[in-house]
Amino acid sequence: MVIRDVLLTRAEALEAVLGAPPTVVPADGTDLERARAAASTVCDPELPVLSIADLGVLREVRLDDGVVSVTVTPTYSGCPMMQVIERDIGRAVRAAGLADVRVRTVLSPAWTTAWISAEGRRRLEEFGIAPPTGTRPIGPIQGGLHVRCPHCRSLNTREISHYGSTACKALYACRACGEPFDFFKDH
Amino acid sequence: MTDTRSHAVRAVHISVDEVELAAELAGDEGRIATSDIAEYALWLGDDALILAQQLGAWIAHAPELEEDVALANIALDLLGHARSLLRYAGTADGRSEDDLAYFRDEPEFRSAWLFEQPNGDFAHTIARQLAASTYLCVLYERLQRSGDPVLAAVAGKAVKEVAYHRDHAVQWTLRLAGGTDESRRRMITATGDIWPYVDELFRDEPLIDRVGDAAVRPSTLRAPFEGLVAPVLAEAELEVPTRFTASGGGRRGEHFPTLGYLLAEMQVLARAHPGATW
Repeated sequence: MVIRDVLLTRAEALEAVLGAPPTVVPADGTDLERARAAASTVCDPELPVLSIADLGVLREVRLDDGVVSVTVTPTYSGCPMMQVIERDIGRAVRAAGLADVRVRTVLSPAWTTAWISAEGRRRLEEFGIAPPTGTRPIGPIQGGLHVRCPHCRSLNTREISHYGSTACKALYACRACGEPFDFFKDH
Repeated sequence: MTDTRSHAVRAVHISVDEVELAAELAGDEGRIATSDIAEYALWLGDDALILAQQLGAWIAHAPELEEDVALANIALDLLGHARSLLRYAGTADGRSEDDLAYFRDEPEFRSAWLFEQPNGDFAHTIARQLAASTYLCVLYERLQRSGDPVLAAVAGKAVKEVAYHRDHAVQWTLRLAGGTDESRRRMITATGDIWPYVDELFRDEPLIDRVGDAAVRPSTLRAPFEGLVAPVLAEAELEVPTRFTASGGGRRGEHFPTLGYLLAEMQVLARAHPGATW
């Protein structure tokens, strides 16, 4: 895309490319539905293209005696964004008119890329991040995973580095179009 | 789920059944560790914390930019393990993860000497990573079945992450050992310098008898460790070094001499400004 305005925020740029996030808080509906929808509008700040629901980080939303309980799980143990996500969930649910909200983080069952929704995979690829392949590598040396270039769709790609800009990504390059790209590692 | 629901509602559907949820709740933060299990959590948490701090020092100093990123990501995973483990250990006596990380003195740490070995050159860091990540792989693989639900939950997450760390270490071990004369010479030196500190990882302290099935008995990890690491050393044409065995003693608070310097650097800010946040 052409960046016309250097003041365009990252979120605005994303919206220009991908359209508005799919989750909206319905004005009607039960309190629980609104709480769920509100929690689902929250994004991982390092992956603003995905809602935490599409990422599989949002595990459960409950409503008990007027108290909203939101359960989340980190992608990786050291994810530095969990505190931000917890704070944003509290804000979003309160903004939906539900004042009493509690967010808790659980480790088990451990998050897996299998929990990323089909919509999430589609948005990742459109954003220029190759989504997980669904084939977890086995053994110490990875064989040739068929990671598809999100730019030209070629399967002729190679890993540049096991680790990328965040814990959940590896750095790849496409042999066909020459572009480097992030690959969301199967986990 | 029906197709008549709006997109918004479909996007928030969470497929957690009651059985899974019960498992999640069992591993929740409400659980309080016994003093013995807290001590065991400190062993593991301090190993992870010290290694994370060491790897962080490579940022902007690694041989290439990708390695700055890789080592920082590995450190971040380890810091995540350390935070969970120290937080749990702290439930036994009301201390926070920060109390434990920043306000304990050297003899109160429980890390093993392998994790305390200085970064050295890049080959030393890779040799340390090969030993440490292989040990952590076999440890967390077993600890997933711990009788303690919190330790099992931490291990269930960590086991997938340390497998990546091991991939990284194995690839670099092969590359350095099979690279230039200089890289091979350095890798041989590093392996010889690091391996004397491996033995301590497999010693059963009296604590292990007291924590029962919450812990993994260290001596039982030696065979699976050797089973994983021997083929790598063989492929790299590195001899398994048996020069000497270090005394160790980290689990009893006796540490390698460089730990104090590392702690001084890690703790100085928190101690100069207790309770500071940003």
